[in-house]
Order: sequence, then C-alpha cells, then structure tokens
Amino acid sequence: MSGVQNISRRDFLKQSGIAGAVVLGANVVPGPMIAAVRAQSGGASIQPNLFVGIAADGTVTITCSRSEMGQGVRTGIPMILADELEADWHRVKIWQAPGDAEKYDPAGKDGQNTDGSRSTRHHLDVMRELGAAGRYVLEQAAARKWGVDAGEVYAKDHRIHHTGTGQSFDFGEVVDAAADIEVPTGAGAPKLKDMSQWKYIGRDMPVVDNYDMSTGGASFGADISIPGMKIAVVARPPVYRGKAKSFDATAALGVQGVEQVVEIPPLPDDKPAEFRALGGIAVVGTNTWSVLEGRRKLAIEWEDGPHTAHDSSTYDDELRAAAAAGGHVIRDRGNVDEALAAADQSLEAEYFVPYFIHTPMEPPAAIVDANARPVKVVAATQSPNETRQYVAEALGLEKSDVTCEVTLLGGGFGRKSKPDFACEAAILSKMIGSPVRVQWTREDEIRNGYYHAASAHRLKAGLDASGKVTAWHHSGAWPSLIALWAPDARTGHPIEYGLGLIDTPYDGVPNLRIENGEASAMIRVGWYRSVNNIQHAFAMNCFANELAAAAGRDPVEFLLELIGEADVMDLAKDGVENPWNYGDSVEEWPIMPKRLSNVLRVAAAKSGYGKTMPKGHGLGLACHRSFHSYVAAAVHVVGSGTMARSGFPRWTWPSTAAGTSIPKG
Amino acid sequence: MVSIRINGISRQFHGSPDMPLLWYVRDELGLTGSKFGCGMALCGACTMHVDGVAVRSCVTPVSYADGKEVTTIEGLDPEGNHPVQRAWRAHNVPQCGYCQSGQIMSAAALLQSNPDPSDEEIVSGMAGNICRCGTYQRIFAAVRTAAQEV
Repeated sequence: MSGVQNISRRDFLKQSGIAGAVVLGANVVPGPMIAAVRAQSGGASIQPNLFVGIAADGTVTITCSRSEMGQGVRTGIPMILADELEADWHRVKIWQAPGDAEKYDPAGKDGQNTDGSRSTRHHLDVMRELGAAGRYVLEQAAARKWGVDAGEVYAKDHRIHHTGTGQSFDFGEVVDAAADIEVPTGAGAPKLKDMSQWKYIGRDMPVVDNYDMSTGGASFGADISIPGMKIAVVARPPVYRGKAKSFDATAALGVQGVEQVVEIPPLPDDKPAEFRALGGIAVVGTNTWSVLEGRRKLAIEWEDGPHTAHDSSTYDDELRAAAAAGGHVIRDRGNVDEALAAADQSLEAEYFVPYFIHTPMEPPAAIVDANARPVKVVAATQSPNETRQYVAEALGLEKSDVTCEVTLLGGGFGRKSKPDFACEAAILSKMIGSPVRVQWTREDEIRNGYYHAASAHRLKAGLDASGKVTAWHHSGAWPSLIALWAPDARTGHPIEYGLGLIDTPYDGVPNLRIENGEASAMIRVGWYRSVNNIQHAFAMNCFANELAAAAGRDPVEFLLELIGEADVMDLAKDGVENPWNYGDSVEEWPIMPKRLSNVLRVAAAKSGYGKTMPKGHGLGLACHRSFHSYVAAAVHVVGSGTMARSGFPRWTWPSTAAGTSIPKG
Repeated sequence: MVSIRINGISRQFHGSPDMPLLWYVRDELGLTGSKFGCGMALCGACTMHVDGVAVRSCVTPVSYADGKEVTTIEGLDPEGNHPVQRAWRAHNVPQCGYCQSGQIMSAAALLQSNPDPSDEEIVSGMAGNICRCGTYQRIFAAVRTAAQEV
C-alpha cells in the first residue's frame, strides 16, 4: 500500500517536470524500506516518487516512468490513473521521467528497467491509488468552495459535480483550493472505483503519441540533436572481445564531413562485458552518411582473441551433446529412469533453437555530452537508471553525476536494456570534447549486438499401454546470459530455469525430471523478449504433440492430460524450493495448471479444432505459462508434399489469461 | 550543386551528390520524421515522395532528386490531416511508431496512383514496408478507410 501525499507546495517540484497547482506524489517504496529511507532523511518525510499534477487550466499531467517501445506503456499506465481520477483522456498530458530509480521505481524492485513484462503489474495498484487520491482532493476542494459537505460532491468526466444543485466545476477551477488538502491514509484512504465503473482500463484508447507518430513529430533516439553535437559510427571487432591491432584512417579522413577517427579503447580482458563499451574504431563527423562512408574506408587489422574458434556448427554440436549429457538436476519427481525402463513405448527427440538477434526497427542510438555537469545522456533506452550507472563508470564518475533522458524507442525487445551504445557515446564525447551521437546500423546490430541464447533440448518420455505419459525427461543446454557478468558461467541461472523450464506445467505426469547441461558463452548473450520461454515452450509443446502422434491420440486431449486440472502446482513436492518466479513469490503468483488447461480449451474451441480439414491443411495448438500469463495459440498451416511439415501459417488464434489487461490487445 | 524543392521550399545542396536523400533531409535539414531502419531499401521506414512517387530515401542519392519536388512526412499535409494520417489516427495504428512515417508515405503514394485499390492491391502496395510490431491489420484497415476519402 502506498501513501499518497498532496505535495503541491514542496520546493522540489520546481526541479521536476510536473506542472500544476495540485500535485500528488506517492511514497511507494516497499514496507521494509520505508524505515531505512526515513532514517536516512533524518525523520523527514520521504520524497514522493510518482507524480500527477493538475493545472489551473485543468490539464492533467501524469508521469510515465517506463520506456515506450510499442507495448503501449505511455498510454496504458497513465490510463489507469486517469480512470480513477475521472479525468477526460483528451486533457491528459504525459511527462516522460528521466532515469532515477530512487523516484520512479514504484514497486522498488525493477530499477526502472522497462523489461521483464512487469510494468503494468508493478503500476496498477499505485496508479489507481494516485488517481483516487487526486479525485478525493479535488472533491474536497470543490466542497470547500461551495461550503457543502464533501459527501454531496463527486467527480465525473473532468468535473466536480454537486448533487443537490447540479452545479459543477471543471477540475482546473478548484485546484486553487486544493493545494493544502491532506490525503488520508489507512481506513479513511480515498476509495478506489469498483471495477465495473472503469471507463478506460480494459478499453482500446487512443495512443497518446498517435498524432506525433502520424506526422513525423515523434522523437526517437537518432532524432535528437544537441548544440555542438558530432555524429559517430564505430567499427567494432568482428570477433567478441577482439581488439584493433592497428588501423589506417587516411582514406576515411578524406571523406567530406569526416572530422576525426579515434579508438575507443578495448575493454580490459579482466572486465566482464556486462553493458560496457567493448571498444572499436570510431569515425566522427558532421553527418551520418559521411561517417558511414568513412567507416567503409578504414583499414583495420584486428586481433581476434580467445573467441576466434567459435563457429556455429561446432558450437551447435556442443550444445546438443551438452543437452544429451545433462547433469544438473533442477527438478525431480518420482523416478524417471524406472518409469522409462518400464514404459510400453518410449520416445526421444531433440529440439534446437539458434541464436536470435533483437534487431529492433530502430537501431540503437544515444547522445552524450560527457563534458557537461551533470553529464547529459539522451537515449533510446529501456533502462535509463542503469544507463546512468554504466555511463558514469565509463567516465570515472558517480551515477549522481549523470542524467539520462528517455526518447521513444523504435522497438526494444530487451536489446535497449543494455546501454553499451550510450557508453560508447560517453567515452567518445569525453575524448573529443564535444557532445556525440553514436548511431548503430542494422549490420552493427547483427554483427555486434546481444544475441538471444542458442539452445539444445533433449526430451524423453515413456508411455503406458493406454498412451498415457508415465515419464517426462527434459534436459536443456544453452550459454547463460549470466556470462555477461561471470564469463566462466557454465550452467543456467535460476532466472533462466524459471522461464518456463523448472515450472514445466505437466503436473499430470507422475515421474518428471528436468536437467541442465553445461555450455560456455562465446558471444554476448542477452535476453530477448520472453527470454528462455521461447525455446522451452517450443521444445515441450512440439514434443507433447509428437508423443500424441506416437500414441495415436488427440494432441489437445493429450496436452490437457499432461497439464492436469490442479489449481496450483507445488514445486516443493518435486524438490524445488524458492524457484525464481518472475521476481514474485509463488504464493502471490502461483503456477496454475488449470488456467493453462482452460486457455487451451478456449483456443481449441475458438479455432474450430476437431473439425475435418481439407487435405494439406492442419491445425496445431500449443500453450505455455510465461511471465505469469497463460497463453494458448492455434495455428492453421497449409502445405503440401515436403512443405507439409513446414507449411505457411494462415492464421493464429491466441487465447490468454493474465491478471488485468489494461489496453485492449 | 543540387537544387531540390523539399516540402515546397527550394534548397541548394553543395555536398556530395551521392549522399542519400535520407541523410540530407535528416542531418542537414533536421527533418527527422523519415527514419533510418536498414539503409538498404529493405524496410521502408525512410519512404519519401519524389515527384509524387514513393522512394526509399536511404538508397536514393540526392542527385536523383535534382530539379524535383520531394515530400517528406512533415510536408504531406500542413496540419497533419492528410486522409491517410487521419485514418491512421482513427484506427490507432501505431505501436512503437518507428515505421509509421514510411507506412503513411507509402500509403499516400499508393492512393495517389490508385485511389480505389482492391484488397490485394493494398496488400501488394504496402508489402515493402515492414512493421516489427505487427500492426499490419490496422495498416490495412486505415488504408481502406483513407481510400474512401481521397
């Protein structure tokens, strides 16, 4: 529970971007932290960390502390607040918060990093409370102006109405009387609307940036210029952690518009990659085309370093062997070996998922003025707070010396949680004494970006005479993303296990074992949307369907039997204590097989599953729990001959169950 | 020297005639509505009109537009109210928005040359513009709506 405060008269508002005669903030640090913060601040009240302001003209300004990358967060989260406030959506403005997790991490657990599919989960309650508090304050102010009891007034559609007289005030007309109204806490705290009264939450609302996006006015990373700014592209080592042995910039410097060629020093070998700049040869100039041309004309001799032997086919074989070997048992139920030995029929299959590159439509771009104080960073970043931290480290400064503004992101997918590109701009800016925009290209991203882990999965299962699964054995191997911090990591991290593997929802199977084989990371492995859920869902759903075929059974019925109908699956009975559960407790967000069965049944029904299909047509169904949501999809595939196994999808029919859906879709 | 009219304003460019129109418009003129996606005419985010025809400005040299009329997303309509833009907002098309300038410019050129396209003509006319968010159904619907107005 947060404590919403009316902070209209606090001095620090002058430094914030929220304007208004009435401003509300919420202390939303989690319970145990409050005492610590109070102690630090000498008993003074905590500086609120989320704001809504209402100005005298009635404009409502709502802070968005998350990065917009197409998921709709600049619309969806403010909508929650506007709904509770009874604001007119057309009179709401959004203020994009800079990186400052101390202020803008409402749940105190994600560092203001817009990833992990958790923004709405972490904002729903606090935004509702802020909206309700705003409504309360305005109602009290109107009652004061009319000299009536507050019980006789109510907010609706951006106005405060008096029930007795039918009179009403616009929100802006009462803010002058609202600035000193305290927001009660505890039992007297402003009441939240009943869900049935929601008018925005759950609806398809106009996207706040719609006009700008339709007129070219929306600003992404590469669209920002600051005075004196140079533009740079970087030639990066072709092999991970390689270095430039020597380079000749003569031809590059001959390109009109190229001003300098400088080396970003290679990251020292003993420093893990994390989100740091790895080094390269930077071409700096007055426009993007010139520096791209200059980069083409660079002559660089590279020293490839320890990863030069990494080649895809050898590495793929290593992953396959590692999956087959397994070795690290992470979940064990019953006795898989005995059940397999006793099975009437057993099946074994391997699934392989290659590296994926994020390639957002907008290649990464960041602007840094390292010579200003504080250092100014403007970036298409999912994680402005960590951007400050890594830029500060790159410059030998403190995080408090660095600010980070967030632009719109032309897609993110996890790539833009990693501010290596801002670190490059910071180092360059310091070296050349000017602000710099570092521009990545599509090819840069494909050659030098963070790749989603390749992975191999070996699955075995035993069936009894009736075609029921008696044993399920899944062993997976992949390079861990933890290798970014611990390059010698050979096994997965509990986070990766928690992404759809250790919580394998086949609760109906009596003997089940899940293992992890060892693998080394040979490139920068970084999380791609859904992270390891991708390969886990792919492998287990494909295998379940193949098993059903081998058993001669209906695949949907077969999946439903695997999953079972338990309300909650208890991993503790399979020897798993405290599994990573998307950062939440399993008590609050349990693993619920029945919900998965239900979405599968819905997808089957809505897709017309079970009807006879024409020759060459097929309908495939799969389901998975990912980030606390339960998803099933049906895909209609048409193919013939050899294409039948890899046909072209005609349509998909998704079915989901999540907590609360904010915008439609 | 290259002489171009861009969004109705005459410009002279003294730099390299090989510079792609995209970079001239973005970096020299500061019109950033046209986006850099792939740099290889593969995604359509950079689409502009040269004498009314949609081009991929990331691979179109400035010299190609010499003596011609260039329109960018900023110049499509002075108020941002071209029928395609209005349809885009009515259908709530964008997600991340990065490809949308290019989508809108392609749609406007399509309807300029074919005011009454069939469904198949809309699909094929827009096929070169990629949307990573997957807003294709709404793009299609918006083009269909705009076609009723142009």
